[in-house]
Amino acid sequence: MSPNRILWLVVKLVAALWMAAAGYAIFFIAPDESTMHAVQRIFYIHVSSAWTAGVGFFCVALAGVLYLIKREPRYDWAGIAAAETSLVFTTVVLVTGPIWAKPIWGIWWTWDPRLTSTFVTWLMYVAYLLIRTLVDDKQRRAVLCAVYGIFAFADVPLVFMTIRWWRGQHPSPVLAGAQPGSGLDPTMKAVLFFTWGATLVLFAVLMRARFRLEAIRGETEELRQQAEDRAPAIAAVSNP
Amino acid sequence: MKNFNSLLAAYMIFWAIVFVFQFSIARRQARAESELEKLKKQLAK
Repeated sequence: MSPNRILWLVVKLVAALWMAAAGYAIFFIAPDESTMHAVQRIFYIHVSSAWTAGVGFFCVALAGVLYLIKREPRYDWAGIAAAETSLVFTTVVLVTGPIWAKPIWGIWWTWDPRLTSTFVTWLMYVAYLLIRTLVDDKQRRAVLCAVYGIFAFADVPLVFMTIRWWRGQHPSPVLAGAQPGSGLDPTMKAVLFFTWGATLVLFAVLMRARFRLEAIRGETEELRQQAEDRAPAIAAVSNP
Repeated sequence: MKNFNSLLAAYMIFWAIVFVFQFSIARRQARAESELEKLKKQLAK
């Protein structure tokens, strides 16, 4: 077994154990919030998934920049892997948010700036995945996705700032820009960062698996091209 | 705990989404690997 494979097995094990520990911390260590009670604990999954998706979208943009500079297929593969994995975490955000909202707000969804901008981000990265299926030429597709991934990232800081710039239904920030008098209990903060660490490692595991799939597809595409190039040559030999 | 079912639902959905994604990657990878093997054999002829 190669050292790289062993390393990724260890990372997978760490992800599993860390996620299990994060689950324990969410259910049994985080203190009960006095007004919302148990449903407030969704916050740890919801926020850490949102932050992880943000990091993932940054990876898409970074991979795009690196592809445009170096023109190596592995950066294109990293871009798609990060985009799809981040989209999964954004889906978690969009699903867990309404599960929290229904008992607290009495509604599943409202077109508040934070919710709307998150949904728009989700749609933008769905579009990123669709673009890949629409362009056949692999180099054109990679350039287009790299440029799109860089521009799409501009939406991520906007999502972050929505609850700081506008007053909507979404709760105000409890970290980085919290109003005086608001904030997060130290144990809650520790559980949140601990859960975020776990989701980041889980993200790395999933992104790596998605990257491997794209690498296999890349190799397949190359061999198919070789087979197609060889076919006319064989035909020319048999029909001079 | 009040609203415990909502918390449990959110947690289960998180894992369901992650497992569906992992399963989808594994399925697509198996398909891509079999196609790659076929092409390798075809080119080796």
